This record gives sequence, C-alpha cells and structure tokens, in this order.
Amino acid sequence: MKREKRRKKSAHISRRRRLHLHVWLLRHLQVALSSLGRLARAPLSTLMTSAVIGISLALPAGLYLLLQNVQELSGSWDGAATISLFLHQETSAREAGELTRELGLRADISSVRLIDRDNALEEFQRFSGFSDALRALGGNPLPAVIVVEPTTDHSTPEAAESMLSALRALRPVELAQLDLQWVRRFHAITDIARRAIAVLATLLGLAVLLIVVNTIRLEIQHRHAEIEITKLIGGTNAFIRRPFLYAGLLYGLFGGILAWFLVVLGVGLLDPPVARLAGLYQSTFELSGMGLDASLILIGGSTLLGLGGSWVAVGRHLNEIEPS
Amino acid sequence: MIFFDNVTKSYPGGHRGLSEINLHVEAGEMVFLTGHSGAGKSTLLKLIGLLERSTRGQVRVGGRNLTRLKRSQIPFHRREVGMIFQDHRLLHDRTVFDNVAMPLVVAGVGHSETSRRVRAALDKVSLLTKEKAYPVTLSGGEQQRVGIARAVVSKPPVVLADEPTGNLDPDLSREIMGLFDQFNQVGVTLLIATHNLDLISTLNKRILTLDGGRLAQDTRAKGQGPVNTMRI
Repeated sequence: MKREKRRKKSAHISRRRRLHLHVWLLRHLQVALSSLGRLARAPLSTLMTSAVIGISLALPAGLYLLLQNVQELSGSWDGAATISLFLHQETSAREAGELTRELGLRADISSVRLIDRDNALEEFQRFSGFSDALRALGGNPLPAVIVVEPTTDHSTPEAAESMLSALRALRPVELAQLDLQWVRRFHAITDIARRAIAVLATLLGLAVLLIVVNTIRLEIQHRHAEIEITKLIGGTNAFIRRPFLYAGLLYGLFGGILAWFLVVLGVGLLDPPVARLAGLYQSTFELSGMGLDASLILIGGSTLLGLGGSWVAVGRHLNEIEPS
Repeated sequence: MIFFDNVTKSYPGGHRGLSEINLHVEAGEMVFLTGHSGAGKSTLLKLIGLLERSTRGQVRVGGRNLTRLKRSQIPFHRREVGMIFQDHRLLHDRTVFDNVAMPLVVAGVGHSETSRRVRAALDKVSLLTKEKAYPVTLSGGEQQRVGIARAVVSKPPVVLADEPTGNLDPDLSREIMGLFDQFNQVGVTLLIATHNLDLISTLNKRILTLDGGRLAQDTRAKGQGPVNTMRI
C-alpha cells in the first residue's frame, strides 16, 4: 500500500518535470488572459486609466512629430544658407565667368549664379530707387557678384561657415558674405523646441509611471484579502506578483495604442489644410506621419512604463501584506 | 512530526504569548488544544504555520527547522500545512470550486488533476452539489466545510484548525469533528484548537491544555502512550 503510494508519487513528480516548461508557459498565458479578463470586467476604469496614459503620451509624441515635420520642411527650403561673393572691381567678366564655372563643379555646392556688373546695376536701379543718384556718379560702382548655394548637407551653420572662409580666400573675391543669422536662429529655436519636448516627454512619462503605480496600488489594496489568503495557502511572491505585473503591462499597452491612435488621428485632421497651404506656396510638402519605428517606440515605451509602474507598486506594497 | 523545543514567543511590549513550550506530536496523531482565550492556542498554531516566528527555542515540523527557514521558503512550508480558521477566510468573489482549487493552482497542478482533486475534496465534505455556488449563499457550517476542503485538497501531512466549530451548533460541530477524524484515519496529523470541551471529552483523543502561555496539562488518549494524564 505504502510502496504503491510512493510509486505513484514518483511517477507524478517525473511527469511534472517533463511538463515543467510547458506548464510554466501555460501558467503565464493563463495569468495574462485572466488579467485581461479582469480589466475587461471593469471596462470603464480600464478605459479611463488607459485614456490618461494615452493622452499623456500623445502630447509629446504629437509635438515631436510636428517638430520633425518643421525640420523636414526647413530642409526643403533651398538657399537656406546663401553665400554672396563680391568680386574686385578690376575683375574681368571672363575671369568672373571662369570662377563661376569652377565653383559650379564643386561637390558641396548645389548652384552658382553670376550677376555681372551690368546686371547688378540694372537690378539696383530697378529695386533701390536710387537710379538718379547712380546716373550722377557716372561709372558703375557695383561689383560683380557670384551667388553660391551650398548643398543641403553643407547648409548647417558650421559647414556653411567653413565654406565661407574657403571662398573668401579666393583671389578675385573682395568680400564674401553669408546670411546665416536666420539659419542660426532657426536652428536655435528648433533646439529649444526639441529640448522642451524632451523635458515634457520625461515629465509626462513620469506621470504615466505614477498613474500606473497608483492604479496598481489601489488594485493591491482592493485585493488585500485574496493576497493574504494566497500567502496562507503557500502562494509564492512571484505567483502573487504576476497578475499585477500583467495588469500594469496591459494598461501601458492599451495607453500606448491609444496614444498612437490619437497622433494618427491628429495627423489625419491636419493633413488636408496643410496640403492646401503648401499648394498656395507651390510646394508639394506633405505631413509625414508616425513611421513604423516611432510607432513601435511609442507603444513599446508605454508598455515598459506600465510594467515599470506596476513593478514599483508591487515591490512597495505586496510585502506589507502578511497573513495573521 | 511536530516538535517544540523550549519555545517562547513574546510580543513587543513584553507580553508573552507562549512560555517555554516543550511538545512532541507524532505523525498521524490527532490532538486538541484547549485553554482560555489568550492562553496561547492561536499563537501555537501560528508558529507551526509560520504566520509568526518563535522568539526563542526551536520549532520543527516534518524534519524542517522553522527557526532557520528562509522567507522565500515559507510558501513551500505552508503547502505542507493545511490551515482552517474560525472565520473560514474564503474568497467571496469566487465559487466554491475556485476557492477549494486555490492551493492546487498556487502549487501549479494541472487543470484536469485540479478538477479531479477538488471534486474529491468536495465530495468528502458532502458539498459536491455546491461547487458552482458562491460562499455567501452557503450556511456557516457549509462555509466551514469549504474551508476544510481547501485545507485538505492538496493532501498536506499536517492540518491545523483554529476554533473550527466556534460559530456552529453542537450537531454541526460534531459533524465537523467527524470529518477531522476521517482525515486522521488516513494518516493526517491534526492539531485542533477549540473551546468545546464537552465535545472533545467524548472523542478519546490527546488533549493539550494551555494556561497563560504555558502547557498546563497533556492528557493522552486512553490506550495510547504510557501516561493517561500528565500534570506539568
């Protein structure tokens, strides 16, 4: 009788070992599904928590996308950094033409335009309103000008600056000017915006973490009796922790998906008026939406925040509950 | 099976729950624990279930020294000790079946095995027809039987009961004690704290009497052990 019992027990143990991994995976799946079921049974509170997370994350994600679009737009503006080379008075038209051709061959320059002395005078007379004064001078006081547009890669303030000093050293050039002021300002503004968005994203990410911590903390309080009894009958901490971790993870996942949806919706709403505006400027600019990478980062990051929040809550509050 | 070696439990503030208890309960024994309220009955059971730890002395259960047991090992110890409470401690948002299944779920027993063993346990306490009911719809005696089914479903070698018949009338109490006797017949070691002296005096089992945290009397069952009554 006793031997029979022992044999049965050992057979049972070996069977359990074989099934160990299978059982482990199955149990995780069960816990995940039961956590999902628990959230589904309280749809309103689940929706509210997820909505708070979603809105909190949609804000920085949306702003980041906006900044991305502004930068794309600025990148498409040709002549962001234009260098004007004023040549010496005595430079001949032939020399000026040759220099223009040479510059046109450089890889870091996208286009070169020569305004010779006559053209410059004509332009000046046309636009300045000083035509009488110029006529009184007799000769043409204006130099020939070569307008150089660096390629997009070389339009950054630093690259344009170094190109400027290189061009300034050319022999026929008397004066080289780079209108960088507004490019610098623009870069400074986008830098500020980028940093502001990073700060905002950090703060709102922290808010999401705290929301999840608090939600899970309340959930732990709510299920106090269940936790206590589970500990009484030999539930390990890992076993008790698991459903709360899954709940936090699911809150994060739902919040992330909601945030993604809100951003996509926002882009969809803004796209037609932006296209109309671009059309008025003869531009083919189009709002770019969330790419696959950004979407995955948003949803994955949100899920991790949810998991992290529940981890914090569980670590702080689960040990406080001991059966008595 | 259960050894107490000079065990003292004192609480912050100097109150002594138990003083220098020496005790040996053999495997397969059924022992009643009596005494006034505050005599230390619950404390003694809590030390065995590791709900509390002794201040001094050693408690050993099934060869396991509880004094040295790590926190992480406590759950595995509790799986070997079924506990029954006066207030049942059932989960009211779960069915009778789910309540009884908890120890098996916690231990990772498979689905079909769980169903089989839960039904067997419910059958033993005559509640098989109520498996889908919620605890609130049951009477006090039925709820206590659910608690008992939960304590024995994983077949622990030791079962502790703290005032299991505290709220029940004499007939129901007798029924519950009958159940315990049945478990004892199949080799389970039982330790039952109770006030119900009338009932246990008819059962011919070993009775430990606690008084002020000390073991005052150890009455062996007739026909077992060398001494019938030992004054300590």
